[in-house]
Amino acid sequence: MRSFLPDFQVRVPATLPEALDLLAAEPGAWTPLAGGTDLMVLFNAGRLQARRFLDLSRLFELRGVQDEPGRLTLGALTTFSELREQRVVHQCFPNLVKSARATGALAIQNRGTLGGNIVNASPAADTPPALLAYGAEVELTSPAGARWIPYADFHQGYKRMDLGPAELLTRIRLPKPEGMGYHFYRKVGTRQAQAISKVCLAAYARLEGRVLADLRIGLGAVAPVPARATGTEALLRGRALDALPFEAARDALQADIAPIDDIRASAHFRRVVAGNVLVQMLKELAAVRA
Amino acid sequence: MPETFRLDFTVNGQARSLDTHPMARLLDVLREGLGLTGTKEGCGEGECGACSVLLDGRVVNSCLIPAVQAQGAEVVTVEGLAAGGGLSPMQDAFLAHNAAQCGFCTPGMLIAAEDLVRRCPAPDKEQVREGLAGNLCRCTGYSKIVDAVQAVARKEGQP
Ligand SMILES: Cc1cc2nc3c(=O)[nH]c(=O)nc-3n(C[C@H](O)[C@H](O)[C@H](O)COP(=O)(O)OP(=O)(O)OC[C@H]3O[C@@H](n4cnc5c(N)ncnc54)[C@H](O)[C@@H]3O)c2cc1C
Ligand code: FES
Ligand code: FES
Repeated sequence: MRSFLPDFQVRVPATLPEALDLLAAEPGAWTPLAGGTDLMVLFNAGRLQARRFLDLSRLFELRGVQDEPGRLTLGALTTFSELREQRVVHQCFPNLVKSARATGALAIQNRGTLGGNIVNASPAADTPPALLAYGAEVELTSPAGARWIPYADFHQGYKRMDLGPAELLTRIRLPKPEGMGYHFYRKVGTRQAQAISKVCLAAYARLEGRVLADLRIGLGAVAPVPARATGTEALLRGRALDALPFEAARDALQADIAPIDDIRASAHFRRVVAGNVLVQMLKELAAVRA
Repeated sequence: MPETFRLDFTVNGQARSLDTHPMARLLDVLREGLGLTGTKEGCGEGECGACSVLLDGRVVNSCLIPAVQAQGAEVVTVEGLAAGGGLSPMQDAFLAHNAAQCGFCTPGMLIAAEDLVRRCPAPDKEQVREGLAGNLCRCTGYSKIVDAVQAVARKEGQP
């Protein structure tokens, strides 16, 4: 059943302080609306609890890309298309480009935002694994001020986040990888466009000669939240590229994930495929000429 | 009290103004508010692309755009492609290649194709497929659509 329009209210604040004051005055009453590519689907289907929307799209404070030495800061309203079009994102964070390209199709990429992808908190969202692999931080802002936290700490459980009712996600910050690096991103869905991930794996490794000096792996669709594969990372860190333990890593990954059966894939499928994608990555790594 | 606002925007090059609800879908504003029924509704959830329009020069799904976000924007619908009464080169090519059967996906396909050749004047087959990946067609099998888009691209690519 369609939503009945007169039930809904919208406010369009012109500045961030105005938006935050409105949120703080009635905590939880206003639902932020960014690109609308998640919210409008529910809205059209009449499945949205929210009745009052705070349109963020005019907030210039949430836009823009700040390229500084050592780090890149992205406004929460940065769209997938903008990620695909930024030279610095291609140069420093290729997994982010791949994740943006793997999201929906062009019309979705033109509207959907990075902030919306994060706060919608789908375990199957496609930029979170890349953000985890790059050690991203997120900025949460309320009238009391802004705080930065590691993105890895943001998701606390299925659709539960470290985000207060008077807070907005305002920016995302990524440290630029230094030295010799290896980037890997693979999304497995039913088809290339418009498909929600069955398994998604992003990784960033820092290499010292032929040694895996550091490694971060982010996973999607295999746990209640976008998750780091910390056990697998620990097993692999410090190993020589010529002696990567493929099968032990596959086993370690099984302990890092907790997939479920749903309409897109069975838990068994997700376990097997996540392991296969990890081994594919390790084989690629072993073939890197450092 | 139903909350309405005055939506001022440009549609197919003409300034338009109407009262609507801020959460009304751009799709409904175009079809019901302005009588531009070329834009179609397939799924109503961003999957099929039948409702594609250009918003400030980028292809979007008008079923996912609340009217409030179209304020001040420039919208181009399929009606806007045939400027001056004649068909656009893309429309001609769709006709010449039999790229439409039932025609329901065609307005959205034309908009997505237009968006593609504006960004990427000489797309290869893969680029055409990626550009049209958000537009579903139940009839043609896509090959003739890809051919039509490439034919236009080839012609426009010529000096
Ligand atoms: C056809 C289709 C295909 C899709 N395919 C994919 C896909 O392949 N991969 C994928 O990951 N996603 C996909 N999506 C989902 C969606 O496009 C993304 O999650 C997108 O990033 C959402 O961003 P948005 O700006 O549109 O969010 P909105 O719908 O505006 O908001 C989403 C949620 O985030 C909240 N929110 C947004 N911004 C903020 C902020 N700054 N601060 C606090 N809260 C905020 C909103 O209140 C809401 O709860 C698809 C959607 C559709 C319709
Ligand atoms: S009707 Fe909008 S994408 Fe299908
Ligand atoms: S021609 Fe019928 S859906 Fe495309």
